[in-house]
Order: sequence, then structure tokens, then C-alpha cells
Amino acid sequence: MSVPIIRTRQLCREYLVGAQTVKALIDFSVDIQHGEFVAIVGPSGSGKSTCMHLLGCLDTPSAGEYHLDGQNISRLDADALAGIRRRKIGFVFQSFNLLGGANAIANVELPLVYGGVSRAQRLEQARAALDSVGLADRGHHLPAQLSGGQMQRVAIARAIVNRPALVLADEPTGALDTQTGQEIMALLESLNRCGMTVVVITHEAEIAAFAQRVLYFRDGRLIEDRSTSGVNAVTPTTLPKIGEAHHEAQ
Amino acid sequence: MKLSDSLLSAVSSLRANKLRTALTTLGIIIGVSAVIAMVGVGKGAQLRIEETIQGLGENVLFVRNGTSVAGGVRGGANSKISLTEADAAAIIAGAPSILIAAPTLRATGQIIFGNTNWFSTIYGVGDTYLQARDWQIENGRTFSTNEERSSTKVVIVGQTIIDQLFFGQDPVGETIRIDRIPFRVVGTIRAKGESSWGRDHDDVVFVPLSAARSRLDVGKRYRGNLVRDITLKARSADLLETAEQEVTDLLRERHRIRPGAPDDFYVRNVAQYLEARAKSERTMSLLLAAVAGISLLVGGIGIMNIMLVSVTERTREVGLRMAVGARRIDILVQFVTEAMAVSLIGGAIGVALGLGGLLTAARFGDWPVVISPFSAVIAMGFAALIGVFFGYYPAHKASRLDPIVALRRE
Repeated sequence: MSVPIIRTRQLCREYLVGAQTVKALIDFSVDIQHGEFVAIVGPSGSGKSTCMHLLGCLDTPSAGEYHLDGQNISRLDADALAGIRRRKIGFVFQSFNLLGGANAIANVELPLVYGGVSRAQRLEQARAALDSVGLADRGHHLPAQLSGGQMQRVAIARAIVNRPALVLADEPTGALDTQTGQEIMALLESLNRCGMTVVVITHEAEIAAFAQRVLYFRDGRLIEDRSTSGVNAVTPTTLPKIGEAHHEAQ
Repeated sequence: MKLSDSLLSAVSSLRANKLRTALTTLGIIIGVSAVIAMVGVGKGAQLRIEETIQGLGENVLFVRNGTSVAGGVRGGANSKISLTEADAAAIIAGAPSILIAAPTLRATGQIIFGNTNWFSTIYGVGDTYLQARDWQIENGRTFSTNEERSSTKVVIVGQTIIDQLFFGQDPVGETIRIDRIPFRVVGTIRAKGESSWGRDHDDVVFVPLSAARSRLDVGKRYRGNLVRDITLKARSADLLETAEQEVTDLLRERHRIRPGAPDDFYVRNVAQYLEARAKSERTMSLLLAAVAGISLLVGGIGIMNIMLVSVTERTREVGLRMAVGARRIDILVQFVTEAMAVSLIGGAIGVALGLGGLLTAARFGDWPVVISPFSAVIAMGFAALIGVFFGYYPAHKASRLDPIVALRRE
């Protein structure tokens, strides 16, 4: 068994709201393997957003450990986390978050700009990414000239342009109609079939149905880890310690 | 992120807000153009003084004939000729601040050499005049005492005469005709060049005062020992005013002018007049400096203000950039670059306006200016500095945003 792309152990995140400590995520332990398609599901306030921020290296845990692609990133500083995000993670947001003044190609190549990739290579990779989401002919369109579904496709192209280890999609269909939402999910599914690890955060059961594995959250805790294909369902308590996991990986 | 990418990104975000960018640059435009104007005017004033002093000679005063009044009609300067060579001698004897008093005749006339001719200014002077005006002998020699005393027909010529009549050849030993009278060239004068307002200092010939009086047409106007003016050299710059007073008192007494009656001569202290003028030009410079300083400060604050607004407006964009891997330094550089671009655009327009203003002043106004590329470079550098200084705080604020909070911002 290879090193899991995501491995968390007793991951906790607490916020101080006024004088009160709010536990947004409690003892979250999970292993997600390369090539999995996972949905994180739960009502609002269940901790799924906090979970996504931690998995996406946008936030650091209060306690516990998080290994991304074999690297312990629980205690890294802001700039080191930025580097991890740039190299390993692609984000897809509910509201697309495209730069309004930049055309599709410029939006897609943004992660490469920060990676210091040459202009020619950036253009080539951005075109390839747009091609793989079916928007090869929309490269010079501004976001305002695209439909919602097309905008989300551009955002997905941006997420995969760097060939990241992990694509994190936060409510990717939330701003789209059902039909377009299904198309976007189908696109994510096809990316997953090409070997990309995809984690989708959603509160809709239909969206979660695209995933092979669903993590249910409630009140900050992972309450159910169900594999829809029934192969690798594991309960949190049976997970090995991180040290053992490394040993095992070798 | 590479610098070229930051620059492109800055330009595109500035283009997205053209009007706002234009308004923001206004302060910098005014400030920088004021800097350019200030340096140009200040240096111009300085140059004009130096040139004029060089043209006149140091510590020089002129005494000129006064004005005739006949039936209420005033004749203008030099209409009442009363100055004499004896006045000059008396000034040397009676005014301790004066080093040289050189009586002068001056006329314009045709000068002929071979079959070419030239219209020039002819001075009837002594060697002391050349000393007072700092005229240096380039070739040949100056007048001898004997030549000055005995109206010898000798002449010293300026560079323009050499160019026009001798085509650059050495004229010493040749003979030229002034008012049809042959004069032998004994010396040439070192060129002083053209003044910044176009007067040619070198278009002159000098003959002995006695020769001018007895041989040239000008002598018919200034009979006896009357002269056109007396050129004075004070012992030092500090003594110019004292000298002016001494000479005025002495001449009034010699000309028997009653107390209260107007002088029948003018004493002109050109250097002092220029100093006063330079002072007003320096005041102008200072005023421009104040305008420049205030505009640049206000312009800088304007940039800071707009950058703060921009950071707030673009919080989500910052969050997204961070999410896709921008480090804090990348965000910082991006916003500082933007602020710098705004102020450089303003600086460039300001330089253009400032130079345009200077050129207009030089062309249509009697205002000496110096266009210096150096001041443009300095002004641009200053504009860039202002951009960095006032852009830093908003940029720093942006770079410290928490990506999660930034992404959530509507």
C-alpha cells in the first residue's frame, strides 16, 4: 500500500469566539488514498468547512497531525503552506473566484505565475487544462462573457493546471442549476478516472452520490465513513498510528 | 512571482479603473511638474547671473550720461552729455572703493577688410577698460601707453570680427578700415561667447579712446573730453554699493548739481540689479518647491488612500491568489508595484508637463530656464519612492490577510 495522499490523526481546530472556545473540528482521523473520489458531507456548522480549510492547507490545526502526500504540514508557516498549496492542491470554489479583469487563459495560469513558470510554458499548460475541461475555444473570453457552468470549468482548469496531487472542491455546484451541476460533477468524476484525487465538500446527497466514499460530519466530528463501492470502509478507530503507517509504506 | 508578471498584473488592474488611476496620479503629476519647473527656473536664474557677470566683468558699475529736459520733453538716456574724461580721473582720485574708472566712447559703424565688410560696435577705450571688463588678449598685445596718448590708429578685434572679416585667420598685423580710416590690428580678444538670451559679446572692436575721438565719426558728437560713459570696477563685490554712493556724491559735486535736483547721469549697478532679480527667481523656485512638496505629499496620501480602498475591494482576489499559492511577499510586491506604477505614470506625465512648461517659458517669456535630463531622472526616482513609501502600508495589510477570511469576504 502506498503513502496515502491525506492522512490525519486526531486533527482538532478550535476558535476563540469572544471568551469562548468553539471546537469546530474534533479528533478527525482519516486516510485518503491516491485516486479516491471522496465527498465530505454534513449540515452547516458540522465542521466540514473547517475540515476543508485544514485539508487545503489554508489553516493550521490546533492539535493533531496532518500529512499531505507523506509530508507533515501541521506546523508549517504561512509561506510554506502557500508553497504546498501551489504544488499539491487545486481549489474549486462555489463562487468560482475568477479574476474579472483576466481572460480564461490568464485565470487558469495564475497558479503557474506564482510557481515562476515561463510564459510560454504557462500558456501551453493553461491551454491543455482548458482543453481538458472542454473550453479550448474560450481561452480569450473574460469571465463575464461565460456562463456559470463555463466559469466553473475555467476554475476547474485552474485547479488542475499544476497537475496537483489533490483537487478540493468546496460546494462546486452550489451556484449552478441542477443540470449544470451534474455536468460539473461528471467532469470531476472524469478527472478522477484519469487518476486525480478529488475531495468534494457538499451538503447535497445527490452530489455526494458521485463519490466512491462519503465522510459524514456532525457537530465537528466524523460520524460515518462509508465507502459506496464497499471496498475500503474503515472505521476511525482501526486506523494505524502515523509512525506505523510510514513503516508500513516502506 | 516574477517582476515582469507583477508589472503586467499591476498595469491590467490599473486599466480596469482608468478614471480612478488618472485622478490618483494628479497629485504626483502636479508635484513632479513643479519639481521640474523649480529646477529649471532655479538653474536658469543662476546661469543667467553667471553669464552676465562673465560678460560684464566682475564688480563692474557703469556711469552713463543723463537726460535732457527741454520744455517738459525728456530726451532719454544719453541725451544730455555731461561726463568727461576728467570725471573718470576724479573718480579714481576721489572714490576709494573704485579700482578702475575707464572713460569710454562707443559707436556702431562699418568695418572693412579687403572686399568684405561687417557692421559692428566700436569702442574707444584704454587698456584699463579691457581690465575692468575682464577682456583677455588672445593674440598680439594690448594698447601701449604711447598709443593711447597719441591717437595711434591701432585696433583690437573680437572673435566675431575674426570670423566675419578674416574667416578665422589670425588678423594681427593686418589693416582694417573703420569709418574709412585704416587701423592696424595689434591684438585679438579671447571669446566670451553668446549670452543665454542671444547677445554676442564678441562682436566688438576696440580702438584707443584718443584715436576714436580724433579720427572717427563718434568724436564729432563727444566734443572736448566728453565721453559716452565711464566703466568702473569696484575693489570688491561688497563695496559695490559704497562705490555707487561715492561716485554719485562725487559727480554731483563736480557737475554742481544743487541738492534736490536730479542727477545728470546714471550709475548702474548691473550685478546688483541681477542679484535682486535672481532673488525673485529664487523666491519663485522656493514657491515651486513648496508646491512640489505639498503636492507630492498629498499625491502620496492619495495613492495610499486608493490602495487601501483597492485592497478592501479586492480582498477576495487576494484570498484566491493566496489559495493558488501566492506567498505573502508576492501579494506585497503586487500591491507595491501597483502603487509604484500609479506614481510613475504620474511622474512621467509630470515630467512631460514640467518640461513643456519650461520650454514654453523659455520660448515666450523672458525667463531663463535650463532643461536638465538629470532633474527628470531625479523626479521620476522620487515618484517611484513615493509609490513605494505610500503603497507599502496597504500592500502590507493585504499580504497579512488570512486566506480563509479573505475568500469568504463578499
